[in-house]
Amino acid sequence: MKIDVIKPGALSQLQDLGRWGHQRFGVPVGGAIDTWSHQLANLLAGNTGDEATLEVLLMGPSLRFDTGTWIALCGGDLSPRIGAEAVPMHRRVWVAAGSQLDFGKRVDGLRTYVAVRGGFDVAPVMGSRSTFVRGGFGGFQGRGLRKGDVLDTGDAGTAPPSGASDRAFAVVPVPGFDVDPQVPSAAPGSVTVVRVVRGEHWDGFTAEAQAAFPEATYRLSPQSDRMGYRLEGPALARRQPGELISEGVTFGTVQVPPDGQPIVLMAERQSAGGYPKIAHVASVDLPLLSQLAPSQSLRFEPVTLEEAQDLLLERETRLAALRRVQQAFDESSP
Amino acid sequence: MTAFRIEPVGDCALLVGFGDHVDAGTSDRVHAFAHHLLDEPVAGQRDVVPAFTTVTLHYRPELAPPGTGSPYARMRAAVEARLAHDPGTRAGETRVFEVPVWYGGEAGPDLEDVALRCALTTAEVIDRHVRSAHRVHMLGFAPGFPFIGGLDPALSMPRRATPRTHIPPGSVAIARDQTCIYPLDTPGGWNLIGRTPLRLFDPDAAVPCLLEPGDALRFVPIDQAAYEDLLARQAGDAA
Repeated sequence: MKIDVIKPGALSQLQDLGRWGHQRFGVPVGGAIDTWSHQLANLLAGNTGDEATLEVLLMGPSLRFDTGTWIALCGGDLSPRIGAEAVPMHRRVWVAAGSQLDFGKRVDGLRTYVAVRGGFDVAPVMGSRSTFVRGGFGGFQGRGLRKGDVLDTGDAGTAPPSGASDRAFAVVPVPGFDVDPQVPSAAPGSVTVVRVVRGEHWDGFTAEAQAAFPEATYRLSPQSDRMGYRLEGPALARRQPGELISEGVTFGTVQVPPDGQPIVLMAERQSAGGYPKIAHVASVDLPLLSQLAPSQSLRFEPVTLEEAQDLLLERETRLAALRRVQQAFDESSP
Repeated sequence: MTAFRIEPVGDCALLVGFGDHVDAGTSDRVHAFAHHLLDEPVAGQRDVVPAFTTVTLHYRPELAPPGTGSPYARMRAAVEARLAHDPGTRAGETRVFEVPVWYGGEAGPDLEDVALRCALTTAEVIDRHVRSAHRVHMLGFAPGFPFIGGLDPALSMPRRATPRTHIPPGSVAIARDQTCIYPLDTPGGWNLIGRTPLRLFDPDAAVPCLLEPGDALRFVPIDQAAYEDLLARQAGDAA
């Protein structure tokens, strides 16, 4: 089946779990910045593998489906609707042939993941379907969507579920698939707590910086993107300035350039960097951080490495349980 | 067994450090260990990133080797076991690449400035660059972008005060104790001394990156005509 891009939105790009295994060639991993929502969307749409989803930023696209199929919308709520009717987030949704999905006002979060049954059909580049816009490769022609693009999906089309034949879309419950969205509060003045573990260069920071780091409130700068989240707040000083030798960094590394304002490295980070690493965001909280919008605030809460890994293992166990629920449901459904 | 240190890099990676100085011996050990991990991955291993003095191993905690303790403790133990059988160096297996370079002129707009600041003639700069024992320490900054060590100390100089916003692909540049080659049109602050017709990065090729960390390089001076001829031939091969 095909999907027509009627309107591209601010930045809509195909992403999967990333281009692993090529960092030693300087190729960023990239991939979905909110891997939790990306994976939930795939499961809800009925995909068993890591299919590409459409990562939609802030102002969503308008997409028209030429055939009936299954979709799911996860992550930040950007007021998705078909016709005049709101489409619920975090549910399995059947859309009829000819339906048009539009987005409206941001309710919370920053990015919505649109998964379609069978995934978006683009050729993998270096083992991944993720779009790397700065490199101009991967995903759909190495770029964000434009008006008039036509996306192929891996689904031939699906007949409507019972009772939905005259409807533009229908929500289909998947019993037992209860999701807990990781989206920061959009309430004015809210401060999102993001857990961190100590970085390799923690001891190189001044006592004042070490005291300020877990206490201070940082604001997400508008100069933030998929590569890095720039934070504005108390400057973090080192005991002895000086250049470090570039070494490995990862998704969530909190590095501090000479101006003292921390930068959290995100999905499209470089593979190595030379700024001191004061901390790393616990992987379990990266989805939450990735849904924080510019001008929103956050605070870092230190945890031990063991705690961070336990939390991540719990998250993986939860995902595995949801996968079993989805597979059992799809195997028992016609 | 030689000295090393292991540190966590967040909850999904760890780093093995082989020294505190960028030198050929440390680089050899970095690349030997990185290749060892690539040839025989540890359970849970997701990516291996060699840099100047370190190898970073990205892993999936849920797939770490069985045993007691946290996933990090188990990954660390597995890495220590590998290091106990020190893979040493791979000096005998180093790949050597010849990199043709059109030095100076419009290809190397900073060559005369470099010569002036080093109190050398442009011919001497080229000669010293060609004779340096170049080695790819790591790739980073952009896909296929090599940081190349071994530059003659007489050519050591800071980056330009004002970076250029566009650098033509293939540009060969120097700064501090290193050479680099810009694979793509990117901004950059290094001093441009020449340009190679070699295509360093092609995402659609079976092997997207021409160079690998650890490769030895020999720069070979060519003139503009040879540069254009090689460039045209490469374009013909690609078509």
